[in-house]
Amino acid sequence: MLLAPLLVLGLGASSAHAGVATLCLASPGQSACVSGTVGNRTNPVEGAEVVLRDEAGTEVDSITTSADGKYSFQVTEPGDYFLFVDPESLPDDVEIIPPAPRFQEDDGSIRVPVKLGRTSTPDLEVRSVDYDAAGAGFGEQIVQSIAQGLRLGLLLALASVGLSLIYGTTGLSSFSHAEQVTLGGMVAYGLVNVAGMNLWVGVLLTTIICGATGYVQDRLMWQPLRRRGLGLTQMMIVTIGLALAAQYAFQFFVGASQQKVVVRTFDVVEIGPVRMTDMSFVAMGVSLVAIAIVGFVLLRTRIGQATRAVSDNPALAAASGIDVDRIIRLVWIAATALAGLGGVFYALVVSNGIRWDTGMQILLLLFAAVTLGGLGTAFGAFVGAIIIGLVVELAGPLGAPGDLKYAVALVILILLLMVRPQGLLGRAVRVG
Amino acid sequence: MNEFLGILDAVVGEAISPDTAAVAIAVIGLNIHFGFTGLLNIGQAGYMLLGAYGMAISITYDIPLAVAVLIGLVVSVLFSLILGLPTLKLRGDYLAIVTISAAEIIRYTGRLAAFEDFTGGSQGIFGKDYQGPFMDLSFFGSGSFDLLPLNYQDAGGGAALRVVGLLVAVAAIVGIVVIAKRMKAADGEAPKVGTTATPKLVMAALGVVLFLALFFSFPQSEPRTSVDGWWVRVVAWSLVGLSCLLVFLLVRSPWGRLLRGIREDEEAMRSLGKNVFAIKMQALIIGGMFGALGGMVYVLTGSVQADSMGRQLTFFAYTALLLGGAATIFGPVLGSIIFFSARILVRELSGAYVPNSIMSTQQTEQFSYIVVGVALVLLVIFRPQGILGNKRELRFHV
Repeated sequence: MLLAPLLVLGLGASSAHAGVATLCLASPGQSACVSGTVGNRTNPVEGAEVVLRDEAGTEVDSITTSADGKYSFQVTEPGDYFLFVDPESLPDDVEIIPPAPRFQEDDGSIRVPVKLGRTSTPDLEVRSVDYDAAGAGFGEQIVQSIAQGLRLGLLLALASVGLSLIYGTTGLSSFSHAEQVTLGGMVAYGLVNVAGMNLWVGVLLTTIICGATGYVQDRLMWQPLRRRGLGLTQMMIVTIGLALAAQYAFQFFVGASQQKVVVRTFDVVEIGPVRMTDMSFVAMGVSLVAIAIVGFVLLRTRIGQATRAVSDNPALAAASGIDVDRIIRLVWIAATALAGLGGVFYALVVSNGIRWDTGMQILLLLFAAVTLGGLGTAFGAFVGAIIIGLVVELAGPLGAPGDLKYAVALVILILLLMVRPQGLLGRAVRVG
Repeated sequence: MNEFLGILDAVVGEAISPDTAAVAIAVIGLNIHFGFTGLLNIGQAGYMLLGAYGMAISITYDIPLAVAVLIGLVVSVLFSLILGLPTLKLRGDYLAIVTISAAEIIRYTGRLAAFEDFTGGSQGIFGKDYQGPFMDLSFFGSGSFDLLPLNYQDAGGGAALRVVGLLVAVAAIVGIVVIAKRMKAADGEAPKVGTTATPKLVMAALGVVLFLALFFSFPQSEPRTSVDGWWVRVVAWSLVGLSCLLVFLLVRSPWGRLLRGIREDEEAMRSLGKNVFAIKMQALIIGGMFGALGGMVYVLTGSVQADSMGRQLTFFAYTALLLGGAATIFGPVLGSIIFFSARILVRELSGAYVPNSIMSTQQTEQFSYIVVGVALVLLVIFRPQGILGNKRELRFHV
């Protein structure tokens, strides 16, 4: 029994949160709880006024949410209750998503069936208004989602290009690559927020530090392991162990809560129907430039040529005088630096801060992107990342609720593997 | 001394807890995938979650327990078919990526508010909603349990008996180690027909003795399952034993040799006219059913909570498997026991002896997981065959 709560603590970030903030404990036959969060865990809404009324319309209790957005009521009678959130108390850019029809009431409150001894979570979700800009129609929602998808895609591309390069040159699917992304955000948090450095100096330093971790890793671990002839499967499990250790090391040193890289909020810029923070545009621009540089190096320089040669056939590359170990080390440095850069911007513009599991949440999107584009092809990874980004952001307005938007990306991946296992840009190889 | 006993209590309690048994069953399934067949399944937690949901949801609809268990298993078979059809013909990493993705899809789906009537959303299904039929089967009665002159509660409470139990346990461990060393020394010689089974049998018997000794020395109450957790613990560990036996029979059959053949050289098997795809699929299905069974046991003491069976649990399963030794019969069980109790040991030790100013209580928890991660890395690098494994068995070509 020791295990179960610990696992929940370690794994279910959201449930762990609920456990901390929810003071209400339902006891069988005596009481029940109505609890939930205004907003989601990455963007909780502070200061929302939540009122619970019983069937007769009398107010049971009301709560103003604090920084974590949580609310919880204890009631002693079973039956239907009505939860009402004052729209005036919500920030201007946030609105309530209409609940499912069976929970919907005419006065805008949400019906909550309550059973004794259980905790009921009302069907309350909010979305930012820019999600459908200025009350605009479906078309503009789609445009906004496409813009957000491109943003997510470009940031994913930063990390997945590196992942793909590592796979191409060494054959390793690195599960700890997501932690390199988190590391980027964490280092930036330390430099900019804690140490008070200028943001851009911090970003640059972060990228350099993350690249250095790639160098150290390859020097101390991957190169000796390659020399020892450790199998790829074993190396992959090594990355799993690294990922595990890194995640808990983040928790150990930084804590389990979300940390912001910069405290201030960014201005919102409107371009046509698209509303995004100015930082979003900067992030997209920087990502594009970084990826363009990688592309240029790969296509036009001797090092890039050598990298592609190693990707193609390491033995032949070594025989023609290419220092394979040096190329692989460069790839590691570039991959970790790009992942770190991606992590900073992800923390700045997408997830509104960095947490120990931020990278873990996008790990599968990275793998999906890399596989979608074709394992080991850098440009495939870029294309795949953009597609995955678009799919994830478009899944919401097209009807996938909540976290399911991530699942949609994975479903697409599985479907693609059925018809085109080599990925979009990969070469078909007979494997059986 | 009291502190020491407290730590020992926590460690042994974890070692024989039903949760450890549940993970052990799932690891046994993973061993069929990864150890024997070389299939890189990184979604074992998804199988566990499916099994748990299958059983729990069925029971909430008043389906009898036996049928509910069957439903859980059937669901896992369907899952294997869906996963296997597109990927088993491809290279190993594709299976890895698809299994981990599929496991996450299940977790996301289970957490969806839209399915709250079935899965309970992110709250999960509460134990009392589905544990009833299982608890009703208990024939241990309530309160204490008598075995010959010993009353279970007395044995747990009496200090003298507890010391005896500990001594027996230590003796059993020593016995196992001695036999293992002898077997290893004899490994180089030509195997003598007929004599090879005896030390293994003695070892298994000693293992049972060890388990019983610990069992009686450290009764730990299991909330919500009454009877000091006896019933659920006995069932869980019996299932572990049964699974080991099944795997033993399976892998020494001709079919088991096919699995190893596929792991070692798929092309060679194909050239011998074997249907590699079908055999891989069978292995995936059977290992997945063990996973589902493990998931069902896993939720017997708690609740069905999607987040408690996420990626991390799969990673733990891999650590346990590699620790015990892949492609061995008892490796998964030994690995799970050592893995979970060692983590508790690290946590309790650092909690007790590292001052709070250096490491807070919460940090000891995280520290124990860091140790787990580093241990996994070191294990794979320096002793890939684990404790019981054979290095020659570990040339994966995935």
